[in-house]
Amino acid sequence: MAVDITIRIGGLAGQGMQFIGMLLGKIFTRHGYYVFTHQDVESRIRGGHNFVQVRIKDEPVFCHSQKVDILIALDRGSMDLDQPVLEPDDIMIFDVKEKGFTSDNPARLPIPMEQLAVEAGGMKIMFNSVAIGAALALLGCDLQPILDRLDEEFAARGQETVEKNRNCVISGYGYIKSNFKGTFPKKIPLAPYKKDKLFMTGSQAMALGAACSGLKFYSGYPMSPSTTIMEYLASLGRKHSIIVEPAEDEIAAINMVIGASFAGVRAMTATSGGGFCLMVEGMGLAGMTETPAVIVVAQRPGPSTGLPTRTEQGDLDFVIHASHGEFPRSVFAPGNAEQAFYTMQKAFNLADRFQTPVIVLGDQYLNDSYFTLDNLDPGRIKIDRGKIISAENMSYPVEYKRYEWDESGISPRIFPGQTEAVVYADSDEHTEAGHITESATVRKGMVVKRLRKVEGIRKEMDPPKVNGERDPDLLLVGWGSTCGALKEAADILTRNGLKTAVWHFCDLFPFPDTGLLPQISKKTRIFSVENNATGQFARTLSGQGRIMIDHRIFKFDGRPFSPWDIVNRVHRAL
Amino acid sequence: MVNLDDFYSDDPVAWCPGCGNYSILEALKQAFVNSGRKPHEIVIVSGIGQASKMPHYLRCNAFNGLHGRTLPVATGIKLANHELTVLAEGGDGDGYTEGGNHFIHAMRRNIDITYLVHNNKVYGLTKGQASPTSDLGYVSGTTPMGSFSPPLNPLLLAISMDCTFVARGFSGEPVHLAGLILEGLQHRGFSFIDILQNCVSFNRVNTYQWYKKRVYDIKDDPSYDPRDMGMAFRKAQEWGEKIPIGIIYRNDRPSLDEKHPAIRNLPLVKQEIDRASLEGIIEFFR
Repeated sequence: MAVDITIRIGGLAGQGMQFIGMLLGKIFTRHGYYVFTHQDVESRIRGGHNFVQVRIKDEPVFCHSQKVDILIALDRGSMDLDQPVLEPDDIMIFDVKEKGFTSDNPARLPIPMEQLAVEAGGMKIMFNSVAIGAALALLGCDLQPILDRLDEEFAARGQETVEKNRNCVISGYGYIKSNFKGTFPKKIPLAPYKKDKLFMTGSQAMALGAACSGLKFYSGYPMSPSTTIMEYLASLGRKHSIIVEPAEDEIAAINMVIGASFAGVRAMTATSGGGFCLMVEGMGLAGMTETPAVIVVAQRPGPSTGLPTRTEQGDLDFVIHASHGEFPRSVFAPGNAEQAFYTMQKAFNLADRFQTPVIVLGDQYLNDSYFTLDNLDPGRIKIDRGKIISAENMSYPVEYKRYEWDESGISPRIFPGQTEAVVYADSDEHTEAGHITESATVRKGMVVKRLRKVEGIRKEMDPPKVNGERDPDLLLVGWGSTCGALKEAADILTRNGLKTAVWHFCDLFPFPDTGLLPQISKKTRIFSVENNATGQFARTLSGQGRIMIDHRIFKFDGRPFSPWDIVNRVHRAL
Repeated sequence: MVNLDDFYSDDPVAWCPGCGNYSILEALKQAFVNSGRKPHEIVIVSGIGQASKMPHYLRCNAFNGLHGRTLPVATGIKLANHELTVLAEGGDGDGYTEGGNHFIHAMRRNIDITYLVHNNKVYGLTKGQASPTSDLGYVSGTTPMGSFSPPLNPLLLAISMDCTFVARGFSGEPVHLAGLILEGLQHRGFSFIDILQNCVSFNRVNTYQWYKKRVYDIKDDPSYDPRDMGMAFRKAQEWGEKIPIGIIYRNDRPSLDEKHPAIRNLPLVKQEIDRASLEGIIEFFR
């Protein structure tokens, strides 16, 4: 029987939901399954209503499901607020100590969680481990492999913690085995242990992709949901020769990146929309001085502080148009952790080859969610640093002009100190040698030189990934983190008799040549699906792509699309 | 051996005749010659303003960036290649208003760069508006009733940040200034030099003659100890009839580039990518 089961853990911030989500994800990833874990949390360290949702499938999975099969309610708020998503047969596990809730439905399962935790030698706060044991018992998982994984994950926290949590899991597991009187047919038989697949977040994949692309310098200022990129890179710093320097603000961050890049190393920063606002000045500096810079913008709902811990695709127009003046740039929006990993190499290569800023758009849904991946191969990453003159390949006597005219718009770089040449870079309009100029002729030439790069960059932009049948009834078009939900929605629609295809764009700007795409016939109804309120990409599609959109599906409540959100909206539109 | 000609640039100079910047330029060249560093081993990062045009009039690597953003660019350059001699240069507007936050944190980091601020107590390039170091009551286009806010004392700010090298020079004493810059270049850590400078076009009070009558070398007082923070605080507040120039405060604590383990042996820019170790980090996620 095909497995597609979702466990939601709801409760107060500080109850360890994220850790449970990660732990369950690792258990199932290492025992034959694919997992997608996403979080829906409030902007606070303690309290509130939050949940982490773990979806387990026997085939690759890239989005959450709106269907919850087991709810682990760690507090009264979760019982009240999350229960409505359950069908009568779905399980809710909660602590008996929560008063005022009675139900004769055997699927509403009160367990003395805190009491069992204390009896098992643990502390009250370990009741979440009791809940894990109970949930896994309901799902028919064997106990031993769970305990083994627990040992692995808790090992760093010391023997005593391992032992106590182990006993709590055993106790919850045993409680279900002897007390659960109902039937729960959904089972996840654990396959033999195999450490073959990867389990990581979108942020970790971006950071890893950057490290494998030769990143040497990172500077940033913490801002959700980008901070995990900085933290992960900082953890690599000592062993892998990456300098991570905490900046006083995002202005400093991007200027440090530009300095490091000018000096010759691959450098990047990451932030969210509000932080990127401060970086816009530096973005223009990179454009004018023709200094490579990679900037990850992990979007969250704005404007201003917005919803700090939630998701949106609201910053596409902003990053495409950020900064005054006219200069080239490119923008990417990977759809899942695997694509995020490989997109980073493209970002660094294009930044170096065309000597421009490059933006990689993520969002809270992509950056914070965990994915099971078959593999990531650093061997596939090819590093291309573009035109560089070094001491070995330079001609003498040295007459170096940083902005020397070239048909491609690209002048070779020299890293200061690496040859006997001196390098002048300037944010003022400048001569080929890099000195300030007021000349109308030079100004015109330099604008043309910089803009020449656009056509070169456009040739590197990949068309969207096409999924589904030729000549479809419906075409869903999207970009970035909606990738998984779009594909699954198309599958559902196709199964229901509407032939549905998906175009997913990762390379967004300059708008790729869509001439190679399969022709769309008149009968195909085109849906643009975006996690924003105004259809930012839809405008580009109709403007630059000359693709006429029939229907627009927007979502801007700070929550991500599930496949069924899309399916229902499509049906409503037809 | 390097000489003054090695630092000659033929870029036409765009400063006003009589500007204090000319003698700062000569002092800077002299300090470079005395340091023994070659033009390609030096980088000057400048901001925007009259002072920030400086690197164009010299022959050495230069990054003429944004108003107020010299220090983060210089920090990035130094961390990517600490074998370079890195300077940041700008005016009082550039450094003490737009760049104020970066100034504070560069001192905290104690990054090994030398920071020169041309302080003429006025915004020159935008034609004479009050700057953060303009005197209380200074009348200008943006302060027609006179500046309501007292001037910022950059030396006090720097000492309070425990900046490891705090000095003041005067454009009218170029030999003394060249000596200060050389000491700054040789100091391992953040070297801050506030350079008093006349503005012939806009500052009618703090003229060359006004300063010339008042400045004295701090070394004239043999009892002065720049390692004594209390003394330094008092000295930094001396202004009026007598104005001290020289090294006001210094201390030794490790610079940022000495602390990063990634560059203990080799600058980042010279390090190859270690493919094997990267395979290893992927394994961590299995």
